[in-house]
Amino acid sequence: MTTASAVIPLIVAVPLAGAFIIALLNQKIPRLPDLLGVLATCVGLLLSLWSIYLVQVQPTSVYSVGNWPPPLGIAMVMDGLSAFMLVTVNAIAFAVALYSVDYMERFTAKWQFHSLFLLMLAGMNNVIITGDLFNLFVFLEIAAVASYALVAFGTERHALEAAFKYAVMGTIGSTFILLAIVLLYANTSTLNMADIGRALAQSPAPHLTLFVSGLFIAGFGLKAAVVPFHAWLPDAHPSAPAPISAMLSGVLIKALGVYALCRVLFNVLGLTSQISSILMFLGALSMVIGVFLAIGQWDLKRLLAYHSISQIGYVLLGIGLGTPLGIVGGLFHLFNHSVFKSLLFLNSGAVEYATGTRDLQKMGGLAARMPVTASTNFVAALSIAGVPPLNGFWSKLIIIVAAIQAERYGYAFWAALASVLTLASFMKVMKYAYWGGLGDAWRDVREVPGFMKASMVVLAVVCVLGGVLLLPGLREVFLGAGVEALHQGTHYAAGVLSEVK
Amino acid sequence: MSKEREQGMSLIVKTITRLTVGLILLYGIYIVTHGHVSPGGGFAGGVIIALAFVHLLLAFGKDTAFKVLSESMMSILESTGALLFLLIALIGFVGGHFFMNVLPKGHPFNLFSAGIILPCNIAICLKVGAGLFAIAVALVLLKLAVEKEEK
Repeated sequence: MTTASAVIPLIVAVPLAGAFIIALLNQKIPRLPDLLGVLATCVGLLLSLWSIYLVQVQPTSVYSVGNWPPPLGIAMVMDGLSAFMLVTVNAIAFAVALYSVDYMERFTAKWQFHSLFLLMLAGMNNVIITGDLFNLFVFLEIAAVASYALVAFGTERHALEAAFKYAVMGTIGSTFILLAIVLLYANTSTLNMADIGRALAQSPAPHLTLFVSGLFIAGFGLKAAVVPFHAWLPDAHPSAPAPISAMLSGVLIKALGVYALCRVLFNVLGLTSQISSILMFLGALSMVIGVFLAIGQWDLKRLLAYHSISQIGYVLLGIGLGTPLGIVGGLFHLFNHSVFKSLLFLNSGAVEYATGTRDLQKMGGLAARMPVTASTNFVAALSIAGVPPLNGFWSKLIIIVAAIQAERYGYAFWAALASVLTLASFMKVMKYAYWGGLGDAWRDVREVPGFMKASMVVLAVVCVLGGVLLLPGLREVFLGAGVEALHQGTHYAAGVLSEVK
Repeated sequence: MSKEREQGMSLIVKTITRLTVGLILLYGIYIVTHGHVSPGGGFAGGVIIALAFVHLLLAFGKDTAFKVLSESMMSILESTGALLFLLIALIGFVGGHFFMNVLPKGHPFNLFSAGIILPCNIAICLKVGAGLFAIAVALVLLKLAVEKEEK
């Protein structure tokens, strides 16, 4: 361990400390939850940017918790993919924390929101940096349980129902994951991910690997809301308060779902052509079914939730191709989707904050009264639909090109078609919500407060400039290291174990 | 009906509770502090300690139980437990590694041995005990609220 990598555990410890200090001191200091919420996420963002530098210096660094050498103790592994995911998660979390300062004023018990929010963030951060399969499960549950509570935060009837459904489905998913971990542990006598990879390479168990892969796809796929397992998402995401919808759709389904799935399938079990085909098929299925279900929705947030399913399909399709270009496209789309989907949910929250409705048919002409919300929403809508030169265009283009290169012409066609349908459904949002004549009911609607505007504008700027990340120089630093980590496949074990010595 | 329940159960139950509740609490503390030398630990002990308070709650009603351990105190204890656990981890961090066992290890099977395991168990016990009692209280309050609505 170098001194530079000594900060790795802080990325989990800081949000945890923030969560519990807020719970302890909220009655004594009234503005503390806001302050700590923003501060802790800001520190998280700085630490994750530091981790990018760390990966440049040393591609894989291993931190042994409690000075117990892995595989005995829990290891934290920082590599390109972890750094990439950390930056994505913490950047969105910072924007959302800033947004919640004003938005959550309308709810009671704001401190509980910030406390749970930071717990969820700590859970996601640890899922991303852990090198231990059971540790991953524990923090996955921390993030998931915090998100169940946050979905029910409004305590209205539909929110409670959605949270209950989400909790039941989420627990079933977790059970699949736990069963898979148990089977792996029984077979390899270790929980360290690199060590499991090594043990499986030494004495291959093809049947077990296939069964466990299936369990992981079901379990993590449920967290990621891939199509046959997606039923909870269209209820849970719209029912949560807007900042939480942004977190759930923006990063939670990716950190707990896509990231964990890819890490386990690529780096621990090894990607076979069978699994790769399953991933691509599920991806394409989500992509198309999600967008078809979205296009008929009139509830703004529900429409966005269905689009999350569709966009996760793109990510899975890209990564499932297994080629370097496909993984670049998948990971880049993961980042882009985090940015524009969070922005869209924050916009929908702003509209709900100002008008009190989520029904597209009741809105109209809001652009006149809410210029910042309307213009940022326009940027995000073009971005998710894949209009050049915004970030969504580049990642979708890469995915389609990668599919053609891999001679998967059918998938390339479906990806292009889903993109056109996405454009159609977001033009519907723009037309009904923001453009056209201003409804009489909304004459006195006011633009939302400063913090909400600031975080929406920041995310919109990232949407516009996102394509820059593909330029040579930047590309190797941010995306390239992540792609490298995934594409190395089961060489992950050798990389980690040689660090431990 | 609801009024009777607020005053608690019958005299027999109350008398027995008065005798046993201290013993339950003591047993919980024993399980916590001997977590590193015998079966048990912070979670198990915390559950037993929470049960002592739940016992009070059932036998004497919520007013008496709250006099012993108020709602705000529960919240404070719970957060303190979590923070204490994190603090132990951070002390290890300052000493070299996150969660490193920096305290002297002592002789195996002595009460004061195994370094940070004992403080960790106490922190977990605070969190689990206060948390479980809070859940029990929340369920009772919910039930009372529903009964009030039905009337």
